[in-house]
Amino acid sequence: MMRKDNNQGKASGLAVPFASLSRRQFLKRMGLLGGGLIVYCTIGDTTVRAQAPREGFLGSNVPTDFNAFLRIGVDNRVTCFVGKIEMGQGPLTSFAQMLAEELDVAYEAVDMVMGDTDRCPWDAGTWGSLSTRYYGIFVKEAAGEAKGVLKALAAERLLCPVTRLVTENGLIFDRTRPMSRVTYGELTAGKIIERHLKELPPLKPVSEYTISGKPYLRRDAFDKVTGRAQYTADIRLPGMVYARILRAPAHGARRLRVDTTAAQRMKDVQIVRDGDLVAVLHPHPDGAAKALGSVKADFDLPDTGVNDETIFTHLLANAPEPVVASEAGNPEEGEKKAAAIIEETYLNSYVSHAPMEPHAAMASVAGNKATVWASTQAPFAVQGLVAETLDLPVENVRIIVPFVGGGFGGKSASAQAVEAARLAKRCGNPVMVNWTREEEFFFDTFRPAAVVKIRSGIDGAGRISFWDYHVYFAGQGGCQNFYKIPHHREAVYGEWRIEPGIHPFAVGPWRAPAANTNVYARDLQMNIMASMAGKDPLEFRLSHLTDKRMRGVLAAAAKQFGWTPSKTPSGRGYGISCGIDSETYVASMAEVEVDRSSGMIAVKRVVCAQDMGQVVNPQGAAIQMEGCITMGLGYALSEEVHFSNGRLLDVNFDTYEIPRFSWLPEIETVIVPNPTLTPKGGGEPAIVCMGGVLATAVYDATGAKLLQLPMTPRRVKNALKKMG
Amino acid sequence: MIKTIQFNLNDRPLSIEVDDEQTLLWVLRTDLGLTGAKFGCGEGLCGACTVLVDDEAMPSCQISAGYVAGREVKTIEGLVRNGQLHPIQKAFIKHDALQCGFCTPGMILKAYSLLVSNPKPTRDQIISGMDDNLCRCGAHVRIVQAIQTAAEALKGGRP
Repeated sequence: MMRKDNNQGKASGLAVPFASLSRRQFLKRMGLLGGGLIVYCTIGDTTVRAQAPREGFLGSNVPTDFNAFLRIGVDNRVTCFVGKIEMGQGPLTSFAQMLAEELDVAYEAVDMVMGDTDRCPWDAGTWGSLSTRYYGIFVKEAAGEAKGVLKALAAERLLCPVTRLVTENGLIFDRTRPMSRVTYGELTAGKIIERHLKELPPLKPVSEYTISGKPYLRRDAFDKVTGRAQYTADIRLPGMVYARILRAPAHGARRLRVDTTAAQRMKDVQIVRDGDLVAVLHPHPDGAAKALGSVKADFDLPDTGVNDETIFTHLLANAPEPVVASEAGNPEEGEKKAAAIIEETYLNSYVSHAPMEPHAAMASVAGNKATVWASTQAPFAVQGLVAETLDLPVENVRIIVPFVGGGFGGKSASAQAVEAARLAKRCGNPVMVNWTREEEFFFDTFRPAAVVKIRSGIDGAGRISFWDYHVYFAGQGGCQNFYKIPHHREAVYGEWRIEPGIHPFAVGPWRAPAANTNVYARDLQMNIMASMAGKDPLEFRLSHLTDKRMRGVLAAAAKQFGWTPSKTPSGRGYGISCGIDSETYVASMAEVEVDRSSGMIAVKRVVCAQDMGQVVNPQGAAIQMEGCITMGLGYALSEEVHFSNGRLLDVNFDTYEIPRFSWLPEIETVIVPNPTLTPKGGGEPAIVCMGGVLATAVYDATGAKLLQLPMTPRRVKNALKKMG
Repeated sequence: MIKTIQFNLNDRPLSIEVDDEQTLLWVLRTDLGLTGAKFGCGEGLCGACTVLVDDEAMPSCQISAGYVAGREVKTIEGLVRNGQLHPIQKAFIKHDALQCGFCTPGMILKAYSLLVSNPKPTRDQIISGMDDNLCRCGAHVRIVQAIQTAAEALKGGRP
């Protein structure tokens, strides 16, 4: 799972070496955080435990010093600093739970500060379901260390050996004399205290948890239901102006001529021309829009012949050399033992992230300092980009991420922040860049269109004899084989990252990158094989599975769903899909009805079971699963970016159809308990099954093989027609 | 053109000098500093900018400032009464009926107008009544539950 993020930081630029800040700089930072500070502790080489998860997921710059993560105020309130951002996925709540649990303070005593490069420890970015899985460990260790230091201080204050001390709800007392007690705030007393711990205290065993593992409501709900929650576009500064930027009508278009004379004559309009960037600025958004409307520009338009129909041929013709993601035996050998061979080609379309909040950034540049509020998943990468663009030292650039209105991977790229910074530097006023919906679609880093070719066989006993898998451009996430197949190979032609010059526009990570395509193709192929073997699709899978976690989630889903064995197609419209994502195991079952005359698919019910190790907030985890299921209806049934010659044909929600209330199936989620395993990812796994579970359900209902996503009514009717 | 426009905003009379062709959404967000209504699509297709005009949910990105002259406008900021959250707001919190929260003000106001016209909606009526408001995070299931809870709490009365 680490591999999928490895290049992301490189692509977006720069790592900021927070961890290498000197002690002096660090103390200065702590001073800037305001009063009520703190325990200072240098642990030296005892942080070995924390090093392992820091490596390999772009986490090597995350500081090991616990002071970076938390501050204990004289008032006994604890502030938790994390470099992650809140975009709806719930870390504001779950980090507070983890910190409170390990530090032994009340959950309500924790205040969260997130996504501010001046105040929070470095982080690569919020993606890959990594917040709880990795960053959460750092927060827990920081809390554990802080508690150790506090106990050492308390031992001196209370004249009592550390072994007799008990921590509870923000205070420490002597077990033998409970009235001999001191609060955390009294111990720190607003001072900076340096301490050395010889040994790190062990983390609290799960069996003693009272906060982590319990369901908590979102802590940002009050602000969000009252309109008080601030998003980037809600930031207001004196003298601010709104920018609208001249855009090309198509990717690959070349600007020939620009005429801004009409805009120049308009009241209060400023025009900025900075190389390729032409923008109009106005104190009011309507004024900026009107000014942009008056700008005349001519473009040389490309004629590539590539559109959403021809794209698959184009991709196959330009495929890079493959990388083998996993293999065993020899598929050519296995083919000799096959009694039947199934060969299919699966297609998947470009899809948009389409968060409800379009990219926005507010930049204020004064002297050699810049502050940028941005809707981004990667504040520290944006800090580097802005510093590079404005030629400023990284530490002179502060990025603040307010609430983010949805990201799903699409706000890993944050070009709007650089645009705002360039414009603010040129015009002198604070500048707001708030992309229109059309810009949001045009500059999206789409999930790449992809092709999967599978050739597989079953032997006379109905067992899979070989599996030869080729995936083009989706990427390898989720393609690795977990079934008992003697001969298999998974070959990956190109990743989901930008393959220069091949895709007609930018592509990037989309919630569970690659896995949505790979799991869909694998599961439909599995059901076609089960059908040829005359087996029930669940039994067919189980007969090739020894992995206990995968068997566990399939059994849990089957029990909740009430799955009864049958050959497929059974006419019942039952679908099944399973996979591994972010180290979490997930299985889904669904029931659909297909209207043969209209080609419409009605999803009646979706059941999803997930084994995600320890669960910090079961409520939040269930909500992420529901969100994945609902969002996943889109890429399975309707979402597809139409384009031609670099021009986007879908630029708003009239033609780009995302799931609505009326699409809602009954949704049931099951969390399979696995408390002995550290927390695994929860933001993405449940979405990876949605293409597969619905495609296999349509196959089960009708026998029609939907070999392309999304399964639009036209494609359903065509597939039914093919069956004759 | 610049005009003096008078209307009731969140139960208080208001008079502003403003270009009457300007979009209500931007007048609210910039001139009046009420940023609860969000810009989502600019074409009335997503519902993030929903406000109430005479108790009817409308996309404020499709309304000019001049249109609301003499009318009652309510935004999410005006829903708290006497320091108390509105029953719909309480129900959204109770059901965790939000994730990123960007669509939430629009959802709540849309639900408000739904309950004005139909105080005891069935689940199907809630679903069809809310269908024009988009949520990308997939909070739909809980939003429906929250509206059911709010309707029960209001006992058929005005929201």
